[in-house]
Amino acid sequence: MSLILSPNIENPDAFYQELTEAQRDLTDAEANAMNARLVLILANQVGSLEDLRDAIELAGATAA
Amino acid sequence: MLNTYEFPEFDYVQSPEQTAGEVVRHPVVVVGAGPIGLTAALDFAARGLKVVVLDDNNTVSVGSRAVCYAKRPLEIWDRLGVAKPMLDKGIEWKLGRVFMRDQEVYEFDLLPEDGHKIPAFINLQQYYLEEYMVEACEKNPLIDLRWKHKVVSLKQGANYVDLAVETPDGIFHMEADWLLACDGANSDVRRMVGAEFTGQFFQDRFLIADIVMKADFPTERWFWFDPDFHRGQSALLHKQSDDVWRLDFQLGWDSDPEIEKRPENIIPRVKAMIGEDVDFELEWASVYQFACRRVDNFRHGRVLFAGDAAHQVSPFGARGANTGVQDIDNLSWKLAAVINGDAPEALIDTYHDERAFAADDNILNSTRSTDFITPKNGASRLYRDAVLALSRQFDFARPLVNSGRLSSPTPYVESPLNTADADAWEGAMVPGTCAADAPVVEDGQPGWLLEHLGEGFTLLVSGLAVKPVEAGTFTPTVLEIGTHVEDVEGKIAERYDLRDGAVYLIRPDQHVAARWRSFDPDKIRAAIAHATGGDLK
Repeated sequence: MSLILSPNIENPDAFYQELTEAQRDLTDAEANAMNARLVLILANQVGSLEDLRDAIELAGATAA
Repeated sequence: MLNTYEFPEFDYVQSPEQTAGEVVRHPVVVVGAGPIGLTAALDFAARGLKVVVLDDNNTVSVGSRAVCYAKRPLEIWDRLGVAKPMLDKGIEWKLGRVFMRDQEVYEFDLLPEDGHKIPAFINLQQYYLEEYMVEACEKNPLIDLRWKHKVVSLKQGANYVDLAVETPDGIFHMEADWLLACDGANSDVRRMVGAEFTGQFFQDRFLIADIVMKADFPTERWFWFDPDFHRGQSALLHKQSDDVWRLDFQLGWDSDPEIEKRPENIIPRVKAMIGEDVDFELEWASVYQFACRRVDNFRHGRVLFAGDAAHQVSPFGARGANTGVQDIDNLSWKLAAVINGDAPEALIDTYHDERAFAADDNILNSTRSTDFITPKNGASRLYRDAVLALSRQFDFARPLVNSGRLSSPTPYVESPLNTADADAWEGAMVPGTCAADAPVVEDGQPGWLLEHLGEGFTLLVSGLAVKPVEAGTFTPTVLEIGTHVEDVEGKIAERYDLRDGAVYLIRPDQHVAARWRSFDPDKIRAAIAHATGGDLK
């Protein structure tokens, strides 16, 4: 697996704040729709099917 | 009754064997005179086999049904001499456009390169296609078309099939060395044999309507997601011949097919799509639901399956009839070789290997399209809508828009009949791939490469004069580029990476069996033996 699983986000607190702020005033349905768009935008940034597959598998296998 | 087409009625004739009350053994019996059964009759006859075709009806397909015919099946029909009326009558197209609401988000060109005899696609009502093939069958002394002959039971013997057939004169028995079931998705033969036919059903309904109108929409496939005229669902517009247009409206699973089928409910939908002021007449309509399924094995003893009897797909992608015709292309030369005693029976098993592989590829593509059009659950609907929303503004999302990936031949890359490459090659013509066409000139006359491939095996060579390679009944004809035909535009060199000294071995169904960078008769003979089941157990 070539996914980066060590910390790699530039400013974790700032990213997390901006992500949640962006959805603060949204209904669940709106937030879900936005998250779907976000996944697709990020997926295009990643590009590699192998990496995307690993990420899908990892997300699905992680305990909630 | 349609406004634009009068259905022919074919005569029922009592067969001499039923009259005489004697059981006759036939080499091949085909059940079903639809597009696949008729293609089978023509192809078997082209390979010298006598064939009896049984059909429980006595006319062609009612309603336009299958509409889009792809390049490869048209090439096969061209080999069988029946493509010309189809091409003359059909509507050529190659561009598809996909709209989200009223905005175009995706466009595809199905044949972006030139230098092919046959267009990417034609649209033609299925009844015309069947009519042309029935005419060709009736002229062929090897083909015995029998209307109003319904197979009512079937029993497999050791090396034959016993059939009970019902006609207006009662029930009689006939026998077949080989039986080919082309009797559609609800195949009676498949049920009688007890073959499994499993897969996925889609919980959605679609209204398919053919209308006659004079309109100046372009000859393109137009597909809408969530159009203003049919909110929350998808719709499709496609031109056929005689000013008949195919419209397709997604209805949703909760819709009632009986209510939706009524003209008073169809007409407002059509008007919303094409405009209140456009004059049209409703020609034919039907409400469908879709499934993607495949038979467990294309061969059950002496019973073989082809077309929808073997595999069923959703219509998005025109992968039904188109792949069925390619089933026949694959089967006919193998069946002839086995019946004539030139190849072992195991060659027939490779019909399953190659065509089940293609069916699975079609089902995969068709399932993906249908899952996009009809999302499985809330989460997939969210992603589908996200793709469509993004695609209105951003190029990156457009390749994810899936309104149907249109039929193209599946290369038999895993076929046991291929001889693996030992040399390095450029381009797409790997063993198992359908041979690409290219323009050629013979004695100053323009023509096409596929027209010059032999009925049996062909050696396609470039830049060298080769000696004949003796391989019994499979002795290949030799087509020397530069001697027999000129590669005037260099397309053969380009598409086949055919540089001087190179040799391609092409099968009777125009698929690449093997290729080498140099001429070696022993290797060619070994590849022919391999491609004809000579070393199969």
